[in-house]
Amino acid sequence: MTPVPFMVKKVQRDTADTFTIVLTDVERVTGMTFAPGQFNMLYVFGAGEIPVSISGDPTSTKKLIHTVRVVGTVSRALRRLRVGDFVGVRGPFGTAWPVQKGESNDVVLVAGGIGLAPIRPALYYLLANRKKYGKITLLYGARTPSDILYRTELEQWRARFDLEVEVTVDHGDDTWWGNVGVVPTLIPRAPFDPLNTIAMTCGPEVMMRFTVMALRKRGVNTDDIYVSMERNMKCAIGLCGHCQFGGKFVCKDGPVFRYDTVAHLFNKREV
Amino acid sequence: MDENPAFKVGDQLILQGSDFSELIVRLKAAAYRVVGPMVRDGCIVFDEISGVEDLPAGFGDNQDAATYRLRQCDDMALFGYNNGPQSVKRFLYTPQREIWKARRNRKTVSIHLPDTEPVKTAFLGVRPCDLNAVLIQDRVFTRGEYLDDDYNKRRENSLIIVVNCTEAGKTCFCSSMNTGPRATAGFDLALTEILHADHHYFLLEVGSDRGLSIVAGMPCDHASDQQLRTAAESVTRAADNMGRSIDASGLKELLIRNIDNVYWDSVGHRCLTCANCTMVCPTCFCSTVEDTTDLTGNTAHRIRRWDSCFTMDFSYIHGGSVRPSAKARYRQWIIHKLASWHEQFGTSGCVGCGRCITWCPVGIDITEEARAIRQRDIRPAEVSETMEV
Repeated sequence: MTPVPFMVKKVQRDTADTFTIVLTDVERVTGMTFAPGQFNMLYVFGAGEIPVSISGDPTSTKKLIHTVRVVGTVSRALRRLRVGDFVGVRGPFGTAWPVQKGESNDVVLVAGGIGLAPIRPALYYLLANRKKYGKITLLYGARTPSDILYRTELEQWRARFDLEVEVTVDHGDDTWWGNVGVVPTLIPRAPFDPLNTIAMTCGPEVMMRFTVMALRKRGVNTDDIYVSMERNMKCAIGLCGHCQFGGKFVCKDGPVFRYDTVAHLFNKREV
Repeated sequence: MDENPAFKVGDQLILQGSDFSELIVRLKAAAYRVVGPMVRDGCIVFDEISGVEDLPAGFGDNQDAATYRLRQCDDMALFGYNNGPQSVKRFLYTPQREIWKARRNRKTVSIHLPDTEPVKTAFLGVRPCDLNAVLIQDRVFTRGEYLDDDYNKRRENSLIIVVNCTEAGKTCFCSSMNTGPRATAGFDLALTEILHADHHYFLLEVGSDRGLSIVAGMPCDHASDQQLRTAAESVTRAADNMGRSIDASGLKELLIRNIDNVYWDSVGHRCLTCANCTMVCPTCFCSTVEDTTDLTGNTAHRIRRWDSCFTMDFSYIHGGSVRPSAKARYRQWIIHKLASWHEQFGTSGCVGCGRCITWCPVGIDITEEARAIRQRDIRPAEVSETMEV
């Protein structure tokens, strides 16, 4: 599979180490259709290729949006791109958040750090189809107040009456009057009916581990919990072997897994 | 001798040792590049051969854990050796290959695919275990949602001539994995070499139309019952002399439930994470890509090359490797090979060729490690279910 040429429309700084890059398709006007939770392989000429979750709105496909944390050569090269520059895109790949399965249920989204980026398309979808769902809750944790991603948008979401948003930080500062603590601590008092809830979580593995424990404590069934895993992905089509998680290929069997299908691997070290 | 025998697929024929060169001549006449075994660098390797004189006549080998030595034998058997370090994997799934090239022209970038077409290749002297390894890689590369085009083309352009084993090496355990010492399906032609004091001949089985087109008109007779019996006995002798064995029953479940077994620490202490086992394994399929740019900065190449789950880079995600310890990397390899492969491709990933044992510099033995886990099996009831809160 070869990258399809896209063009940079906008690069916007989100926090000190994250940015959102907006791309448009060079050849097709329709852009890329994708399901919330899927990812693309982004290629920067001469630098290399990395997997990045799509963080934009699945109901409007003309602009392709990714939110990236600067951690290595390629993500750094992506941040340096200017409007009009080339980005090669392969995708979309992988499994999606179970937004259809959530219909007529409560939905709780639990995100940690940059994990909010792959969750955002699901939230866009839920809000676009708001009538089909019960209570929708977004629980978000960041390290510090300045690490909060999509801050303006979070404030807008918090102002809505049909969406519950709770944000917490690991370490507060003198500007912060909100919750302090890790994100799983928000779960016990979140307003959802445990037996009629679909939970979706994305963040560091340790955060998801405690999130699952807290959800289970509330009585959410293991087959109603969905986790988004991260592993090294090179080919994204299940051939290179890098992203194996037990018998699963995270790139094609995931990244979104129903928790009970990976539960046996979830609390193991170095799998 | 019948001058124009009407052979058909499934026939068992006799090819005289003196006529063997005819087979290679016919392969070449049918425009095949012939890849076969030869002696080079002190071992048996696969490479292009020009004729029967390139074959390792009179060579055998001594193999054991971390040991490989060629030796001269007093017979002149063409295929009297056991597997060398490399299988035919490198010709079908190449160690390094350019997958595309990108050219930059101001702000636009164009991507170009290489336009190389694979050459028709006949693989001579493929052992039954290696044939099964090819069939396993077929599942990996050509049966999934996504296809490896290059592999698929090379495979379509290949003809496989198996040589059944009449002697087993000390690290062989194909009978445990049900992949040998006799090939039962998936080949174009299969040979069993029979060497008596005064008589050298091959039992030649026709496995496909493609194989038939090569042998049609060759100076062969149909095999007599006696000859068939002799060939069968030779193969049985190899099966009886397997150097190693592995108890494959319930192996998948055994390894998966023992992921937390403390025994893995013991392998972790011995394993050098050198990746030799994955480099010689005929089924290992992991690869990585490397991007390089030329000096002008306007042409970028993407190369795919073999990779190994034993390197730190293999599982690297920002912040570090998922499997920093040797123990975790060995465990990943063996559980993948013997257990999760079933989940992924509906077959074991091991064919019992024994190469990983022979070529491990510290002699770690997959059959021994599997046995050790079985002896220390954590029974299902003991498996912790800490997540079930």
